[in-house]
Amino acid sequence: MIAYVLRRLVATIPVMLVVAVFVFLMLRLSPADPAAIIAGDSATTEQVAQIRSRLGLDQPIATQFVIWFGKLAQGDLGESFFFKKSIVDLISERFEPTLSLAFVTILIAVIVAVPLGVLAAYKQGSWIDRLVMGFSVLGFSVPVFVVGYLLIYLFAIQLGWLPVQGYQRIAQGVGGWLERLILPALTLSVIYIALVARMTRTSVLEVLSEDYIRTARAKGQIELKVLFRHALKNAAVPIVTVVGLGVALLIGGVVVTESVYTIPGLGRLTVDAVLARDYPVIQAIILLFSFIYVLINLLVDLTYTLFDPRIRY
Amino acid sequence: MTINWKSVVAAAAVSVAATGALSVASTDAFAQGKTLRVVMHSDLKILDPIWTTAYIVRNHGYMIYDTLFATDANGEIKPQMVDKYEVSSDQLTHTMTLRDGLLWHDGKPVTSEDCVASIKRWAAKDAMGQKMMSFVDAISSPDAKTIVIKLKSPTGLVLAGLGKPSSNVPFMMPKRVADTDPNTQISEFIGSGPFVFKQDEWKPGDKTVYVKFDKYKPRSEPASSLAGGKVVNVDRVEWRAISDQQQAANALLAGEIDIIEAPTHDLLPLLKADKNIALYDWNPLGNQYTMRINSTQKPFDNPKIRQALWYAFNQKDFLDATIGNPDYYKECKPMFICGTPLATDKGLEDKLSSNFNKARELLKEGGYDGTPIVLLHSTDLAVLTNLAPVAKSLMEKAGFKVDMQSMDWQTVVARRVKKDPANAGGWHAMLTSWVSADILNPVAAAFFNASCDKAPFGWPCDEAMEKLRDDYARETDPARQKEIAAAVQVRASEITTHINLGQWYQPGAHRPNVSGWLKAPAPVFWNITLK
Repeated sequence: MIAYVLRRLVATIPVMLVVAVFVFLMLRLSPADPAAIIAGDSATTEQVAQIRSRLGLDQPIATQFVIWFGKLAQGDLGESFFFKKSIVDLISERFEPTLSLAFVTILIAVIVAVPLGVLAAYKQGSWIDRLVMGFSVLGFSVPVFVVGYLLIYLFAIQLGWLPVQGYQRIAQGVGGWLERLILPALTLSVIYIALVARMTRTSVLEVLSEDYIRTARAKGQIELKVLFRHALKNAAVPIVTVVGLGVALLIGGVVVTESVYTIPGLGRLTVDAVLARDYPVIQAIILLFSFIYVLINLLVDLTYTLFDPRIRY
Repeated sequence: MTINWKSVVAAAAVSVAATGALSVASTDAFAQGKTLRVVMHSDLKILDPIWTTAYIVRNHGYMIYDTLFATDANGEIKPQMVDKYEVSSDQLTHTMTLRDGLLWHDGKPVTSEDCVASIKRWAAKDAMGQKMMSFVDAISSPDAKTIVIKLKSPTGLVLAGLGKPSSNVPFMMPKRVADTDPNTQISEFIGSGPFVFKQDEWKPGDKTVYVKFDKYKPRSEPASSLAGGKVVNVDRVEWRAISDQQQAANALLAGEIDIIEAPTHDLLPLLKADKNIALYDWNPLGNQYTMRINSTQKPFDNPKIRQALWYAFNQKDFLDATIGNPDYYKECKPMFICGTPLATDKGLEDKLSSNFNKARELLKEGGYDGTPIVLLHSTDLAVLTNLAPVAKSLMEKAGFKVDMQSMDWQTVVARRVKKDPANAGGWHAMLTSWVSADILNPVAAAFFNASCDKAPFGWPCDEAMEKLRDDYARETDPARQKEIAAAVQVRASEITTHINLGQWYQPGAHRPNVSGWLKAPAPVFWNITLK
């Protein structure tokens, strides 16, 4: 197992290298120039050129890449052009909100969607099944920002139960942290509830016709135990895959939700960095996302062994 | 493994109870003195107000730094950090004495040496400062409280420059900070202004925090725009970064913030309809829409073809398309802003009325060959987005062929400094907006600069214009300054460095607990009281 994990981790290096080269080239091909953005409205061409030179942007692309990669190899992600802060500090500040949002979203999705999916499978063809599947279609179809604004209008503006926006760090109190995460997490979870509920329904349906389910029922086990202990456990592998990918996608792709709810996470940092053409920050974030993606895939693979003892690495 | 469902339920109940309790505790922890919570027009990312002209950085400057002179509500320049100000009879020696009791945020006294270094750094970067320095023989600090500026020849730019209200503002900094190369950002943010910047709490993309500087000594006069007594009545000001305008409005409606500096115009009716929100025009001078023309590109290297634009355009179409509500805009031909001393119609009487026949005539005289005009269209800033399509439509009616290219604002910013041919990554024309305080005279307004390569993007090249701007800089008599400014406008209408497309206003919005918000060219937070 340890050898497998190490092998997988080592395999991430070439993947990230390719991503790094690709991102570097893509950014350099984009038309905007960070020096002009930094210089402001009344800057002369000379002033822009001076800034470009100081940032090293007047060097040939190959030279810029060698310098950047040399630093990266030493673990130095560099400094943001705009924030004048270490990128490591910048990212670590933003990691907690994004991770919190992803965690609470997936938690809500799993708690709601798995029972719903099991129920839909158990009552296949009934109105309950149709209702769950209908909600699932709706969840996929309505854009995140629409759900977000509707929830804000109802729970924050009309009822005043929850704050409109903002994030509170967990160290300042779990209550405040959760209070500010509920609406954004609910907003995002709509999609994931739909996704996980569908996947759960399909997987559980597949196993419900298996012999061991019939055996469990014949042994007189209560239906809840049959469904959750026997059927769900054996249907868990694809569900875990979806949940795992969901976490990875959430960490990398909560841009809209973070913007709507003013959560200072990685999604907003990415948008800000792209708008400002803050190359070092964009490069670092994309590398980080790639690594997280690979890592979560690995964790998902390892989790399979918990549900299916036949799987060995 | 057997799940003990009773334990799970019990644990869940305990968690919910604990969460509720923590929620109350955390809310209490959040309540802090008198905190003014503001959503600014943009997030603060750069902290050096001399290094960049960005308005958000200027606003940050007004929080933590002070100025030697400042513009009051009547547009007059008044002493601010300065106590006494004298000009010699030959107008060549300006002597300023600092007020007693001025301190930096680290507790050290403000000295004239600090101010001399600050003036030099500002003047190296700012266009008006550079012009001012062309008149300066020496700046010295004969003692700890006296600043002496000796001139080679008289100019009105000393006071106008040091009391300049908008970017770049000559903010005073400690000498060790001001000695930083003007092209390198400063790394220490200590001022002598009414607020202290909490660098440890600064989280770009989240919030910027300022606290009251307890040792600040306000002037005894009442506050008036950027001048007078800067009395702080709150303990703390937080600039919250809410990038989504609708969410900023929601947060204001829900009482989570106290002020929005610049809500978008489409949200104003929503805010106006709420009895708990007041709209407030904090900057009565407003802003001016402007088309910048690249004089180096064919066919705009021909003044006749540039001039055709004056006849093709009218301001109302632009203002209707962008602002929409006449309560928040004004058609205004004077390039130096209606309602200010230098405003005049001279040179523009027959222009900006969409006289397409005249425009076509000029195109014919200029030999326009149908070269497509590359018009840069910014798509992501609400106040700018609709300008380029209007320009395209009016230009086409006048006989231009227009290639409107859409892109985000940051790409426009990068593209407009490129001198490449328009059809190979360059450009012909772009549209932007200026805060009126930046364009009140021919020296401050960057787009009048016609010094060829040394001029900002667009690079107009005209000796007569430069001569007029020099004359203006030399002149100290306001009546004569007015005449020169009129001549500058006439010359601008002939050579067409840029075109003014109307004045517009950006009210702020606040909750009823906020009072005392001052009218000024920049949003300032002294004088504000929170109920």
